[in-house]
Amino acid sequence: MKYDAIVIGAGHNGLCNAAFLARAGLEVLVLESNSYVGGAAVSRELHPHWTYSNCSYVCGLLRPEIYRSLELARHGLQIVPYGGGVTFTRDGDILGGYLDKDLKRRELARHSARDADAYMRYGRDTMRQCRLIRSLLLRTPPDPSSLRWRDLREMMHVGKEFAKLGEAGIYDTMRFYTLSIADYLNEYFESDVVKANFAGSGIIGTALGVQSPGTAYVLLHHYMGDVDGQMGAWGFARGGMGAVSQALAAAVQAHGGEIKVDAPVARILTRGGRACGVALANGDEYYADTVVSNVDPKRTFLKLMDPGDLQPEFLARARNFKIRGSSGKLNIALDGLPDFPALGAGNPLISGDMHFLDSLERYERAYDDWKNGSWSKDPYLDLLMPSLTDPTMTPPGKHMMSVFVQYVPVKVNGHDWTDADREAFKQTVFDQIARYSPNFRSLVLHAEVRTPRELEAEVGLTEGNIFQGELTFDQLFFNRPFPGYAQYRAPVRGLYMCGSATHPGGGVMAAPGANAAREILRDLHRGSTVPEGWSDD
Amino acid sequence: MLARDHFRQLVCETPFHPRTAALNQLNLWHRWRDHTVADAYFDVGMEYNAIRNSCAVFDLSPMTKHLITGPDALAYMNRLVTRDVAKIKPARVGYCVWCDDAGQVIDDGTIFHLREGVYRLCSQERQLDWLHSSALGFDVRIVEETNDVAGLAVQGPTSCAVLKSLGLAGIETLTPFGLRSFPFAGGTLEVSRTGYTGDLGYELWINPERALQLWDALFAAGADHGIRAIGTLALEMSRIEAGFIQAGVDFLPADRAVRVDRTRSPFELDLGRLVDFSKPNFTGRRALLEEQHRGSRYRLVRLDVEGNKPAKDAYIYDQRRTNVGVVTSSMWSPAAKASIALASVKMPWGAPGEELAAEIYYQKELKWNRFMARCRVVEGAFFDPPRRRATPAADR
Repeated sequence: MKYDAIVIGAGHNGLCNAAFLARAGLEVLVLESNSYVGGAAVSRELHPHWTYSNCSYVCGLLRPEIYRSLELARHGLQIVPYGGGVTFTRDGDILGGYLDKDLKRRELARHSARDADAYMRYGRDTMRQCRLIRSLLLRTPPDPSSLRWRDLREMMHVGKEFAKLGEAGIYDTMRFYTLSIADYLNEYFESDVVKANFAGSGIIGTALGVQSPGTAYVLLHHYMGDVDGQMGAWGFARGGMGAVSQALAAAVQAHGGEIKVDAPVARILTRGGRACGVALANGDEYYADTVVSNVDPKRTFLKLMDPGDLQPEFLARARNFKIRGSSGKLNIALDGLPDFPALGAGNPLISGDMHFLDSLERYERAYDDWKNGSWSKDPYLDLLMPSLTDPTMTPPGKHMMSVFVQYVPVKVNGHDWTDADREAFKQTVFDQIARYSPNFRSLVLHAEVRTPRELEAEVGLTEGNIFQGELTFDQLFFNRPFPGYAQYRAPVRGLYMCGSATHPGGGVMAAPGANAAREILRDLHRGSTVPEGWSDD
Repeated sequence: MLARDHFRQLVCETPFHPRTAALNQLNLWHRWRDHTVADAYFDVGMEYNAIRNSCAVFDLSPMTKHLITGPDALAYMNRLVTRDVAKIKPARVGYCVWCDDAGQVIDDGTIFHLREGVYRLCSQERQLDWLHSSALGFDVRIVEETNDVAGLAVQGPTSCAVLKSLGLAGIETLTPFGLRSFPFAGGTLEVSRTGYTGDLGYELWINPERALQLWDALFAAGADHGIRAIGTLALEMSRIEAGFIQAGVDFLPADRAVRVDRTRSPFELDLGRLVDFSKPNFTGRRALLEEQHRGSRYRLVRLDVEGNKPAKDAYIYDQRRTNVGVVTSSMWSPAAKASIALASVKMPWGAPGEELAAEIYYQKELKWNRFMARCRVVEGAFFDPPRRRATPAADR
């Protein structure tokens, strides 16, 4: 069978890429190894009548331009914002991030009057950085070493956006990208719990600690999204994160694209130095002059390709690509709503995200455990109960708890994860939750426990890194995934990358898939079907 | 410390709320710094007329207040704001602005020199973070006391008579920007001859515990002097007539500006008179000196607009139809009987007497019309009655 383009992997970026290619009139085939589409954006019913967002669990980064352009609303996707967040302290208090801005200020002032005012300055400075990065999301990074007109023009665009920050803003930006989240927060706040409350966004998904340089940017990566223009807001996909993938898959099919599940690709085929198709594990072959890989670069270049087709220096880049796993996930079916006494009855924060580390010190200790080869004994949790917002997740009166856990190592003390390790890890997380919710354990009906082992085995993300590669400065923008290969083209003609390992990186953003489609259509001399980014001004 | 369950009260009430709520026949409210305050009580026009014709009472309790004390209080205040605070003697009040390092206005407000070396800074925005950041090297104590001091503005031609009836003996001799204490209900009532209306008027400051007593006594005293509670909408009319600027409306506080070119310096807000280069170093001094040499980018102008249509959000053009600015506040002024506006225009436009044009859109019975209204740059307040400054203050 010959197609115009084959996309390996039906993650959200693969599907997005395929949808834009199909819309341009290409005959597109998407091949997915699992029996369901979505990669890490899936909703699965692992306990009868309970829907889990098994991996990614909230949606805020999905580019609205793509949402609108692919008519995802018509294809059934609905994003519902959720209410605020809270950090619990060990002494039984809370710091509530209420949605209402006056309430939020009052709550900050309860911990530090000065920090409550400083929050405005913090918000302003962070927003400045957000606006810079947002202007680059739906653009192909320029090659700074190139003198081609297009690269020069894109460099000029970057320069123009930079200039908007003013002289001081340019200095701030250079610092921002190399600062640790702890240093960044220390420049604004004095209260431990206030700093701890904001620090989580600086480490989620990364194998770095709050003191590690580069984590300030990771914070930005979690702030740069928006829900209906509300910048930094997050929401639930109604029906779980699989709803995002289902809508993208519907868009692919609406444009005539084909999706095959249970079709694991074993090899990328090349002929005469260019990609010509793929071979499945069962030996079936599919042919196309354009092959797009949604899987991570380590898998693409070190497993699916014949090393003989690639140059040694390039292979070294793929080998050295940082994709360290650092997180785990628990999805828990609950027989009722657990109590969190510190919140007080009727507190709206119960439907927000909950966190349990109340100082930067505890964050750093949690990271120390990971460095020492084990999961954090006092782990960072990003805990949400989507069933309080989305009535489709559970039967009425029942609840589903999504618990993102950090830090979790790829190997436990140097050995592969065992089922016993996984059970002990689960108990560590349960203990952390039970410290703040005395009746939590008694409500548990079922729990799915995912360590980096499951994330790699089921989703295919090497080492279970949720961003398909670390979001550090050396792997961002025109260095993502590797210097010289940030424009979505692999060194083999006809082969492209469209996963989160490419600019602008991880999160359910769909921008890498869209950007890759733009480049592919350009090479094929087809008009672009990919929307341009909207201006923030 | 606030109770953990403060979330149960989404919006706070001012100390006068039991009285303002009882009077608010329109049931119109909005949020001002965490508190609910009246937009209007029964009729905006009638409330406005109380300001210009009799006596208007406005609840300004949510206004941000900071208390600054300590051996270095004066030196600190002088470092913070652009004017010379040494010239604000005890029992005097001074209008001021403060800037960031780049000489861009963070906020405007009033300094109350309560007692020798004890200052209260009233401002539109909360400033604790900036005030603390600015305190490095100064022996001062800075606390926010917004909720510890309740405030009422008592404004209008009969306001002095009302306060006399209240028993504030000798109040008529208080000069503009003067501050005096009176015993009241076993405590102290502080009265300043200040306001946001550009008319004869006072502001009363009291411990919240005695707030309702003050309200009741004041309204009893004012019964024969046309006293009225007024909301924010009426106050807004009088402040535009007075030519006063408002943070967030006529300028963007520098510490809130995400887009760096949106801020203004004191010179650009027609507040150059508040910048004193002869006093010791103050924040923004170097940048403002530079601006004085280099020239400002913008100018705040007061416009007398042709016709009777308010120039809301209108673009401003010069004679050659070049867009040179935008209106920030505008209204039909009942007191001046003119359409008036505050606008920010690019330099060198906006010199006194210059003719400009405002692009006005207005709607009549669902039909939109556009017209280019000639406007003239005028100086000073649009309405500036002699009673505003007369001392002793008149009774009506």
